[in-house]
Amino acid sequence: MNTAVLRHEMRRRRLLVTPEGIGLNLTLASRGSRFGALLIDFGIIIVLTVVTTLLLIWIFGGIANLDERMKQNDAASQAMQFIQILWMAAQFLFWNGYFMFFELGPRGATPGKRLLGIRVASRDGGRLTAEMVLARNLLRDIELFLPLSFLLSGTSGEMGGAGLAAAAWFLLFALFPFFNRDALRAGDLIAGTWVVESPRSKLLEAMSLGNSARGGLSTATGTSYRFGEKELAAYGEYELQTLERVLREGRHEAMAAVQDAICRKIGWDPGAGDEHAFLEAYYTQLRARLEGGMRLGVRKADKWEKSVRFHFTEGELSVYGEPQLRKLERVLQENQRDQFVTVHAAICAKLGRAAVEGEERAFLDAYYAQARARLKGGMRLGVRKAD
Amino acid sequence: MALGVNLFNRKAAVQEAAIQAAALRSDRFRQDREGDWNRLEAIVRRMESGRLRGIPDADLLALPVLYRTVASSLSVARETSLDAATLAYLDGLVQRAWFLVYGPRIGFAAWLRRFLGGGWSAAVRGMWFDVLIAFAVMVAGTLAGYLLVSHDPDWYFSLVPSQFVDERVPGASREALQHTLFGHKDEPALSVFATYLFSNNAQVSILAFALGFAFGIPSLLLLVQNTATLGALLWLYHGKGLTLDLIGWLSVHGTTELFAILLAGAAGLHVGRSIAFPGPSGVMQSVRVAGQRAAAVMTGVVLMLVVAAMLEGFARQLIDNTQARLTVGISMLVIWLGYFFAFHRNPQAHG
Repeated sequence: MNTAVLRHEMRRRRLLVTPEGIGLNLTLASRGSRFGALLIDFGIIIVLTVVTTLLLIWIFGGIANLDERMKQNDAASQAMQFIQILWMAAQFLFWNGYFMFFELGPRGATPGKRLLGIRVASRDGGRLTAEMVLARNLLRDIELFLPLSFLLSGTSGEMGGAGLAAAAWFLLFALFPFFNRDALRAGDLIAGTWVVESPRSKLLEAMSLGNSARGGLSTATGTSYRFGEKELAAYGEYELQTLERVLREGRHEAMAAVQDAICRKIGWDPGAGDEHAFLEAYYTQLRARLEGGMRLGVRKADKWEKSVRFHFTEGELSVYGEPQLRKLERVLQENQRDQFVTVHAAICAKLGRAAVEGEERAFLDAYYAQARARLKGGMRLGVRKAD
Repeated sequence: MALGVNLFNRKAAVQEAAIQAAALRSDRFRQDREGDWNRLEAIVRRMESGRLRGIPDADLLALPVLYRTVASSLSVARETSLDAATLAYLDGLVQRAWFLVYGPRIGFAAWLRRFLGGGWSAAVRGMWFDVLIAFAVMVAGTLAGYLLVSHDPDWYFSLVPSQFVDERVPGASREALQHTLFGHKDEPALSVFATYLFSNNAQVSILAFALGFAFGIPSLLLLVQNTATLGALLWLYHGKGLTLDLIGWLSVHGTTELFAILLAGAAGLHVGRSIAFPGPSGVMQSVRVAGQRAAAVMTGVVLMLVVAAMLEGFARQLIDNTQARLTVGISMLVIWLGYFFAFHRNPQAHG
């Protein structure tokens, strides 16, 4: 995946908080795949329409002299009219019921959407209700067919300026998804829904379970790879993820290049022929180190982040109580840099520490984790600190 | 049986050995819980494919519990693990389970029962203010149509759509007009029904609703336009002393049809008002609440139009005198009013 694609993916990421309070990373469906799904669904509906039409004609016994029979008020024309009503009911069901029926199913998607791997979901993380599906599909006609018919009649000039104005107004509806960040169409806006990619990931093998991962021993050469604290401190979580991807893909040239880069960075002499074992060992040990840091409330996003471990004394942690901790949690969740700076400055002033510029997030993360651990310990002992 | 237990034990022992061998704490965490994850994934996959019948009850009952277990695994993993594969898998799995646990759980039949048994009337009551406005607008439209034509009969041709302008033109004789109202007993009811459905009233009312987006104003204009036609017709028949007969002729299906159009306009207005005056909760929230309510009302409107089509197709031809027609029309109106405004039941209690 190249960076442009990745960045585009990131732009479509949305956080959805379930009623249990768990944040899920949804990816919005692209406008292209939604349009494609619509075309497929219309194709299916048109086929259904043609098939029922032919079937009804066949039932009635041939298309010949339909018109004459319509005019006579006899049993044949009665039957004809009945079939006509059946036909209209079928049309109504196909065009209106099709989307409802499938979007209310367990996959929340029409066959077209399912083929392209997207589905409908409620925007607020709650239940997708029948009313929502109803509302979003009621508006489809207006969004799609009215603009089309007005566009055709409006631009032909028969209706003059009013026709053009109406066409423009309806075009606004049709192009609604291009005017908002979440690619909502008007029906989605009304219903409180959006269309997201349906997740389908398999649990892949962890990259830290190979032979050379455990103990760093290479099966090919018998070499044991052991990295020291300083060598592991060179990289952060971003590089770890890249490393995981390279290991998973298992392409030899890529692994050799990455091994070269790591060796240059940590001052080792890169060997050849044992790249996989080397990278697996480095990956596992780097992950062990970073995960150990996480448990202490220290995270390192990438290699640029200076690895300063913040440790707070009992006295420093006892300055604040539960409400302040909750506030800090909120600040961390909201992830606003200017907020970090002010809160960081406030805490540093209170503690009498010197504020380190560029380390606000790490500082606050560490302080939050350690203060929470302390307060939790206190709760177990029956001691609570209100503020 | 003994063999099964034996196999299970061996499998557990192998797993145990793997857990011992894993170097990282987060890998041990994963291996500990992988059984639950796989079970949830199997249930989710089967439910997604729609084969609900093949799923044992125990699994269906376990779904919400497993969902919460795996969701908590995800929370813990986010705090302790840097294994991107595990994180991506758990995120996806929790999402899929979430879609099922919080998916539309009621089927179409249950939904319809709830809808008819109180959901619809509650939605209509929820927009009583818009219903009042729409009603006032329709009365005003009728009056305007009547007054315009009585000042200048030429207006008649611009107000009444050309399909109605047959014998019903200014200057037509009383007999001709009377003929349009009575004596169609042997017209085929089905064909009238079919024509009615073809006349696309459902599309017009959906349009009235959808136009609500522009702050509700186009919805009101549509109501005025439709009722102005009514006013013009009233003027025409009034001139020949056939007012009551026309009202009777219209009311058989008209009380239902006009009520449906009224509700459609009110639904559009409701959405329009929620955009123009969103209130303290913000425009997105208010549009969402109004939109779902309006959607429920609109589904009802389509049903009402089908009822109106049947009344026009069958009842109006069979009943050939004004009094009986008025009785049918007025009792339909009373039934609708009673259903919407006197029939209170909490639809949620039975959902």
